[in-house]
Amino acid sequence: MIELLQFLGKATRKSFKKLGRATFFLLEIISGIASVIPRPRLLLKQLYSVGVLSFLIIVISGIFVGMVLGLQGYYTLSDFGAEETLGVMVAASLVRELGPVVSALLFAGRAGSALTAEIGLMKATEQLSGMEMMAVDPIKRIISPRFLAGLISMPILSALFSAVGIIGGQLVGSGLLGVDEGAYWSQMQANIDFEGDIINGILKSLVFGFVASWIALFEGYDAIPTSEGVSRATTRTVVNSAFSILGLDFLLTALMFGDN
Amino acid sequence: MQHTKTQDTLVGLFVASGIAGLFFLALQVSNLSSFVDQDSYAVTARFENSGGLKVKSPVSAAGVKIGQVSSINFDPKTYQSIVTLNIYSQYNNLPEDTTASIFTAGLLGEQYVNLDAGGSDSFLKNGSKIEITQSAIILEKAIGQFLFKSAEEKAQAKK
Repeated sequence: MIELLQFLGKATRKSFKKLGRATFFLLEIISGIASVIPRPRLLLKQLYSVGVLSFLIIVISGIFVGMVLGLQGYYTLSDFGAEETLGVMVAASLVRELGPVVSALLFAGRAGSALTAEIGLMKATEQLSGMEMMAVDPIKRIISPRFLAGLISMPILSALFSAVGIIGGQLVGSGLLGVDEGAYWSQMQANIDFEGDIINGILKSLVFGFVASWIALFEGYDAIPTSEGVSRATTRTVVNSAFSILGLDFLLTALMFGDN
Repeated sequence: MQHTKTQDTLVGLFVASGIAGLFFLALQVSNLSSFVDQDSYAVTARFENSGGLKVKSPVSAAGVKIGQVSSINFDPKTYQSIVTLNIYSQYNNLPEDTTASIFTAGLLGEQYVNLDAGGSDSFLKNGSKIEITQSAIILEKAIGQFLFKSAEEKAQAKK
């Protein structure tokens, strides 16, 4: 019994310690961003590996998610004779929820895990301490550009996901199932609000990009510098990012769409 | 050098496609395009009951959308609903004795304000009041009346 309590206490203490380390790490990243701006080449390289390389998986998943929404939405809506509102359903669910959330989950899996592994290995092979020896701050040189790249890429990826998904829904809805194309678009335009839906969706994806890159970079930086440690850190990145994204999504949805 | 150039191009392409996606969402998907650059003038109308009318509900005449509802307020003196309609400036020749009524698009659809043009020679302008209005039909009331009436008829037929 006492042992159980001790275990609980130790786990709590450790997780608070980790949270504290993560917070200080975040502050360091943010203060390091200022030194990224005069060196855009660093950022560009990371935008390539974080953003451009995630492009394909986002676009392909977006099309398929949109097509599935089109199919499922059609079957349900046609029971009520409301197939014409398929566009609203597809667009609203993509722009408000699925676009930011699914693209953030894919981002955590595709780019986040890569970031953790990369930084963990840099730590394990003592590249980071080597940099420190050469008086190069690894946070400014390695971490901050990656963080900024994640923050910039996420809204772009999420907007792409939603846009491609809506087109996918239209392909299935009006191409395959015979929903009127004009109704698909016009109902969508009448019911989707730019500020209320699209801007809020983008804001969500910014928050997710922030959290996912923070977790990925921190787990890499905080990893035990062995091959097992790096592998565990990579797993934790994906698990923790998924938890935080989904939990935050609930909070953000309650805040943004609660009053209507 | 060649390598960074292709990288540059790809990053540029990536960012451009993101912006294009956002533009697509803004213009094609949302209602942003429908009220950008639309000058309008405001007209008020009083309704006994504005039903399920909402801000941004469409205002149409002869089935064509010519504006939207900009505000709905309750008047505590007359117990009426004051609805402000923003009508696009290009439709500035609506007669003053135009009738405003609240209709429902389809059986369960959205409610909208329909304007029926009158015959007056002077036109509605910014700040005008629409005098003749017809309230929203509340479905529950209509069904209640119908049931009551049919029950009465049955009772009379039995006698």
